[in-house]
Amino acid sequence: MSALPLPTPPSAPQLAPSAPPAEPDRPRPTSLTDLFVSFTLIALQGFGGVLAVIQQQVVERKRWMSNEEFIEEWSVAQIMPGPNVCNLAMMIGTRHFGLAGAMSALAGILTVPLILVLCLALVYAQFATQPELQGALRGMAAVAAGLIAATGLRMSVALTRNVIPLAACIAIAATGFVLLAWIRVPLAAVIGLLGGLGCVLAWRRLKP
Amino acid sequence: MNAPALVFGWHDWLNLFVHFLMLSMMSLGGAISTTSEMQRYLVERQGWLSQTQFADSVALAQSSPGPNVLFVALLGWNVGLNTGSVTAALSGVAISMIGIMLPSTVFTYQVAQWAQRNRELRAVRAFKQGMAPLVIAMLLSTAWLLATGGGKGGEHMDNWPLWLLTAATAIVIWRTRLHLLWMLALGALLGALGVV
Repeated sequence: MSALPLPTPPSAPQLAPSAPPAEPDRPRPTSLTDLFVSFTLIALQGFGGVLAVIQQQVVERKRWMSNEEFIEEWSVAQIMPGPNVCNLAMMIGTRHFGLAGAMSALAGILTVPLILVLCLALVYAQFATQPELQGALRGMAAVAAGLIAATGLRMSVALTRNVIPLAACIAIAATGFVLLAWIRVPLAAVIGLLGGLGCVLAWRRLKP
Repeated sequence: MNAPALVFGWHDWLNLFVHFLMLSMMSLGGAISTTSEMQRYLVERQGWLSQTQFADSVALAQSSPGPNVLFVALLGWNVGLNTGSVTAALSGVAISMIGIMLPSTVFTYQVAQWAQRNRELRAVRAFKQGMAPLVIAMLLSTAWLLATGGGKGGEHMDNWPLWLLTAATAIVIWRTRLHLLWMLALGALLGALGVV
């Protein structure tokens, strides 16, 4: 990654202006290479979506961040335009190594999977009509949907420590699910309505 | 495969690039949310891709490792291939990926930096805490829409073994520390054997 123009020397990551004061007992990525390799490996395990793997690896295995920090970052990553997991990888990279970290994480999550998907496209063209292959893809897609649900369920633990009372959290989440999944209300409207409601509730309960 | 044969000038590449730049800023909640707009533009309006090529690109990227946004690379690849050469296909990949990533990445980076600098601000804390319940709703509804193949009347609505596999995966991965790849392998196996 040293070929990238680096405004922050990788040897002095603690000087990155955006790096938060790290908790002393929390592990962190050791270098830009570590970020790149970690996110490459994460991406390669993520069939049908990478979020589940990022959550499992970054929070539960590597322990770079807590579940609460993760959901906070994810809420920004998911609401901003752009691919969510790429936003998230970029933000995690930024936390530790500034812009260089953002680029390393983003390059990690995209480069090798991009090469792989192009190779798969070449192979797939030969076997597209095989029923076994179609079936395998269908089965993996169903599992991928379950992985996303599991990630949501795992993150929901963080709601118990939210400033909004748990009952209100559950009511907002349930209403959001019905509006998005069953009634198919456009996302922007739901964000404005329920996201706005959540923000007002949180605002009122936070000390100024 | 009835792929269209195309002759592309530089202005066509430019159109493709500008269109992806625009979609990038519209992709709230992920690139996958702009799929229907891409289909309208590439297949219906411009005729640059066949419907089969479009659907296969999305499905292949979904089941390949890595972020789902890579389906955009495959769309660019196929548009390039339809003009007849692998060089053009690689240009298509570069143009579409840079187009879809550049604006949103720059914007999100700036916003995230601002939020990080002002993380003690009451408004920033209220935003992050206040969005949490909705964020979980968005994840669960994405899972629902993927599992049903598009909600009510979706293509998998009646396929209960497929449903059961999704639900079982959700519970197993939620409650245990089993590695995700085991469930994916199981899904591929059950699918290949025709069980789901």
